[in-house]
Amino acid sequence: MIAQETLTPEEMEEIDHEIALVPVRRAAAIEALKIVQQHRGWISDDSLHAIAGYLEMSPEELDSVATFYNLVFRKPVGRNVILLCDSISCYVMGYEKIYGQLRERLGISFGQTTSDGRFTLLPNACLGTCDHAPALMINNELFRDVTANDLDEILDRYH
Amino acid sequence: METPLTQHISFDRPCYNLRDYEKNGGYQALRKALSLSPENITNIVQASDLKGRGGAGFNTGMKWSFVPMNGHHPVKYLIANADEMEPGTFKDRMLMEGNPHQLIEGMIISAFAIQANISYIFLRWAYKKAGRLLKHAMDEAYAAGYLGKNILGTGYNLEMYLHTGVGRYICGEETALLNALEGKRATPRAKPPFPQVSGLFGKPTIVNNVETLCNIPHIINNGPEWFKSLGKGNDAGTKIYGVSGRVRKPGLWELPMGVSMRELIEDCAGGMANGYAFRGALPGGASTDFLVQEHMDIKLDYKSVAAAGSRLGTGTMIVLDDHTCPVGFVHNLEHFFAQESCGWCTPCREGLPWTEKILLSMERGEGRPEDLQLLEMHTRYLGPGNTFCALAPGAMEPLQSALKYFREDFEKHIDQKKCPWR
Repeated sequence: MIAQETLTPEEMEEIDHEIALVPVRRAAAIEALKIVQQHRGWISDDSLHAIAGYLEMSPEELDSVATFYNLVFRKPVGRNVILLCDSISCYVMGYEKIYGQLRERLGISFGQTTSDGRFTLLPNACLGTCDHAPALMINNELFRDVTANDLDEILDRYH
Repeated sequence: METPLTQHISFDRPCYNLRDYEKNGGYQALRKALSLSPENITNIVQASDLKGRGGAGFNTGMKWSFVPMNGHHPVKYLIANADEMEPGTFKDRMLMEGNPHQLIEGMIISAFAIQANISYIFLRWAYKKAGRLLKHAMDEAYAAGYLGKNILGTGYNLEMYLHTGVGRYICGEETALLNALEGKRATPRAKPPFPQVSGLFGKPTIVNNVETLCNIPHIINNGPEWFKSLGKGNDAGTKIYGVSGRVRKPGLWELPMGVSMRELIEDCAGGMANGYAFRGALPGGASTDFLVQEHMDIKLDYKSVAAAGSRLGTGTMIVLDDHTCPVGFVHNLEHFFAQESCGWCTPCREGLPWTEKILLSMERGEGRPEDLQLLEMHTRYLGPGNTFCALAPGAMEPLQSALKYFREDFEKHIDQKKCPWR
């Protein structure tokens, strides 16, 4: 049995705002997932059930949406999420070196979280800044023309 | 040389706010457009020969002309496709971060032309700065009466919403984008019906690329003949071209449609970086066929690039140099396409991971001679006509042309049982 969890009044208010903009309730599914993830960091099974109930759709249906998109996290992530571009321009410009450095520095590979919960490392499709490859994002911040030497300084900004 | 799209873009200062934009002629095209009939605007855009800048290259005005204008459709939508996720493509980011009002003005005129009262900007999540600037510009446009009810006293109403996606390449496909906006999995839809007739929530909908929409105010201001005169080759207007990879100065440039690859790489991008030699380039993003040295002087317009066996695509070029393994290069691309396949139809869902696996085995020195035939088989099975949308056929374009132009590099991997570049 999955414990029943409910949405907070704040989450419901934000989701209601999105529901008002669309002709059918379930059309707010992606926005609702984004809102709850914003508050809770990720989408647990309990959160998924709560959102599905609120949008009057089945949890399975909502999970099919949640798991489709790269940036809906269905597993817990660290306090900071590193998205390293692994697409073609960054490949040519040597993102693999940056990846090697990150692995060494953090002791994690793609898809893993450091044991202190500080960083999750994920690969990401083209960040659209190809004239400044290699590139990565941490949370909402973009770093371009990244060199292996820059990494320590960049990582030190995040706790 | 005229550069209408980038004339007000400079990254040495903050982007224009509403007042700066108006001072430099902004929203004059909207005033003019609102005095014309919607059909008249569509005719002007069709006559300008503006073609979709997202990659498909379809005549924009003709696309609009399929929207029913008989008064029986009270709800219609206009959507700006700002989900720029084609690897190697970074032009729409520049247009949105550089001059957000230009896009908004283009959208209002386009929405008026199809008499849509609701519009969306479908922005990819990674474009945080563009999102902030667009939101601010939309607020300014609402406050000035360019958006909302009774725009400039004409009785025309238009709402505009910014939707941020949650990351999936297939959202750039226009029918998949519609499903994403409806809160569903972004799988492409069967066509017909086309979105122009039955799109978002079943209502007539136009989806246009950001760069396409940014051209609209200039066409309205200066007319279709002016727009056609901007092109150097077979196509009208200017284009935001880009180059990334091992060149001296990677970047973006607004140039007459139809410049040559040589002008772009040698004059704009400063040629290859020291110690690197040119081997080939994907002219318009990851899903286009390689062009090589012999194509240096072809014009980069839709027709000329097609005649050379590739596609202009997004016009942002990725250069392959002699220090980069062509098999590794293509493996990187197929990894991307395999991961981003929506899984809806079998050739794409099964074929792309298979392709990726074969290329990886070659990179690891485990390639077999028969793998070349297997890869060639895939380029046919995943080619046009066998899949629901253009993702898999697009994925096969760099592979089939790499097998043609860099075949000896594939063979070396198999013969030497290793990647010669590692």
